[in-house]
Amino acid sequence: MRVLLIGNPNVGKSVLFSRLTGIDVIISNYPGTTVEFTKGWMKLGDRTVELIDVPGVYTLRPTTKAEEVALKMLEEMGKDDIVVHVADSTNLERSLGLTLQLVKKEIPMVIALNIWDEVEHVGIKIDVKELERILGIPCAPISALTGQGIKELVEKMKEAKLSYFDFNEERRWDEVGKILKRVQVVGHRHHTLWDRVAEATVLPIIGLPIALLVMLSAFFVIRAVGEGLVNFMDMLFEKFWTPLVLRISDALAEGVLHNILIGKVADKTIDYLESLGLLTTGIYVPFAAVLPYVFAFYLVLSLLEDIGYLPRLAVLIDGLMHKIGLHGLSVIPMMLGAGCNVPGVLSTRILETRKQGFMTAVMMSIAVPCTAQTAMIMGLVGKHGIVGLGSVFLTLFLVWTSVGLLLKKFMPGESPEIFMEIPHYRIPHIPSLIKKLRMRTFWFIRDAIPWLLLGVFMVNLFYATGFVDILARISSPVISKLWGLPPEAVISLIVGFLRKDVAVGMLTPLNLSLEQLVIASVVLTLYFPCAATFAVLVRTLGAKDTVRAVIIMLSYSLATGALLNTVLKFM
Amino acid sequence: MDLGEEGAVVRLVGGRGFITKLDAMRIRIGTKLRKLGGEPFGGPIIVEVEGINKEQIAIGHGMADRIIVEVK
Repeated sequence: MRVLLIGNPNVGKSVLFSRLTGIDVIISNYPGTTVEFTKGWMKLGDRTVELIDVPGVYTLRPTTKAEEVALKMLEEMGKDDIVVHVADSTNLERSLGLTLQLVKKEIPMVIALNIWDEVEHVGIKIDVKELERILGIPCAPISALTGQGIKELVEKMKEAKLSYFDFNEERRWDEVGKILKRVQVVGHRHHTLWDRVAEATVLPIIGLPIALLVMLSAFFVIRAVGEGLVNFMDMLFEKFWTPLVLRISDALAEGVLHNILIGKVADKTIDYLESLGLLTTGIYVPFAAVLPYVFAFYLVLSLLEDIGYLPRLAVLIDGLMHKIGLHGLSVIPMMLGAGCNVPGVLSTRILETRKQGFMTAVMMSIAVPCTAQTAMIMGLVGKHGIVGLGSVFLTLFLVWTSVGLLLKKFMPGESPEIFMEIPHYRIPHIPSLIKKLRMRTFWFIRDAIPWLLLGVFMVNLFYATGFVDILARISSPVISKLWGLPPEAVISLIVGFLRKDVAVGMLTPLNLSLEQLVIASVVLTLYFPCAATFAVLVRTLGAKDTVRAVIIMLSYSLATGALLNTVLKFM
Repeated sequence: MDLGEEGAVVRLVGGRGFITKLDAMRIRIGTKLRKLGGEPFGGPIIVEVEGINKEQIAIGHGMADRIIVEVK
């Protein structure tokens, strides 16, 4: 037996899925968080049944890919399969439109009236018994976020029924209106000043300044939290880790193992960025230099997501995004990508057409550095003041824009207009927010550490075997002549295939000039995605489109590096 | 239709796909809409659909041009 969770986008199907199966999934306040279906298992009485989180749909007459997927799954339902139709109690009108389409499919179902905890707050009263009587299907008021009513829902799943409600499908919305009149009473609710401001955040005159303010505060909060945590981690390292490492260093004495584990130690002090050992640089970079900013970034992003601000941002800048061939919704993958390109690329599936998906994925993986890399660039280039940082990010922005303009012009395919519902603001549910933050931080640690350690290990290997010199000689026409970097910078580019953050760290011992730092930071961002991003690009775009993407990246890094090298000389 | 004006949809110019798409958002002939604003740089138009929840929907210009509304 299988249970399908079906409902409009953004009604909390994934929250319910997570509740019922215990599987952690990412939940946000915008439509399309679930882009492909997720499967899990749950207990129903003494049976273990399969639960499927189907992407959200507005209609069963497919107009998007997600809707096609959902319809196909409905049509392939087996004899004892059932549907749990998740409805938004605070927006029953919209939900019932889909309910009636499901009724016509003649499948056994149960309705989960989700977001029940907010019904009262919104000033609505719903007569659940009457709704059950009209439709002939069990209905359970629940709050997937708080867990309220879940047990009753599971009980009612055993009584899933076909509806006996009969109506003319052409007059679907009229029927919805009639049902609403019988089951729902709407109390009077005052429009507070806050309501008006909230409404206006999507209107240009007030919305644009607010958007600017939101982005600026986001940036400063990330910086403040990140910096504070870095200092804290530095303190921890100095107090607890350094003595331990020094003791290991003494015990090992000189030798290959010492080089690999500890690296360079001078006068009983450790330069964690330059020592290049697994226990020094390999541990310090992820935990002390990068993790604080990754955490701070996800804190702010998760908050913006759960409040429901991102779709408004998408709508506000849709016009500008279309000018460079993107879509307002591209802003969501781009922002996720600024955290880590991997989830960023995965989320490009919320875009409707292949062209927009490809463009968003390519522009992100070429010119949007992840937080880990940004943190390292800030540390390295930031020391020289704002001019260096400004040059790096301005260059990346120009590359980003020009890739967009080029692809818009020359890539065949459609760029459909925006057409979306703007979800209501919600007060973030703190336990869920913490859970999401914990998951994302954990994923970062899980995905970053192995590559990072491998990177540091490889550097040691390359140095020990003298392979670096060979590589440096081969690559010097590009690295030295074209980009004006010392040939040893090749090691940074090699590591960059694995992890961009260590790669930037590898530049530290080279004592580069500010111009060289700018060029190296830009080139490291552009030339190739890190291993994890590359894998996900292949999976999302397919091999052919990934090859195209890589050609774009390589040509841009060659050209941009050379151009910067020429321009910066005159400054 | 001007900012803040309200009106009812009288005609939808487009094929089945277009009509289905709008129908999914509860926009069909007879639906009352209120225009809240238009985004800059050729961005979408924001309308509020009649109903209890006053949902806001962003509609691109090309689509919006094909939704004919009679202003009250």
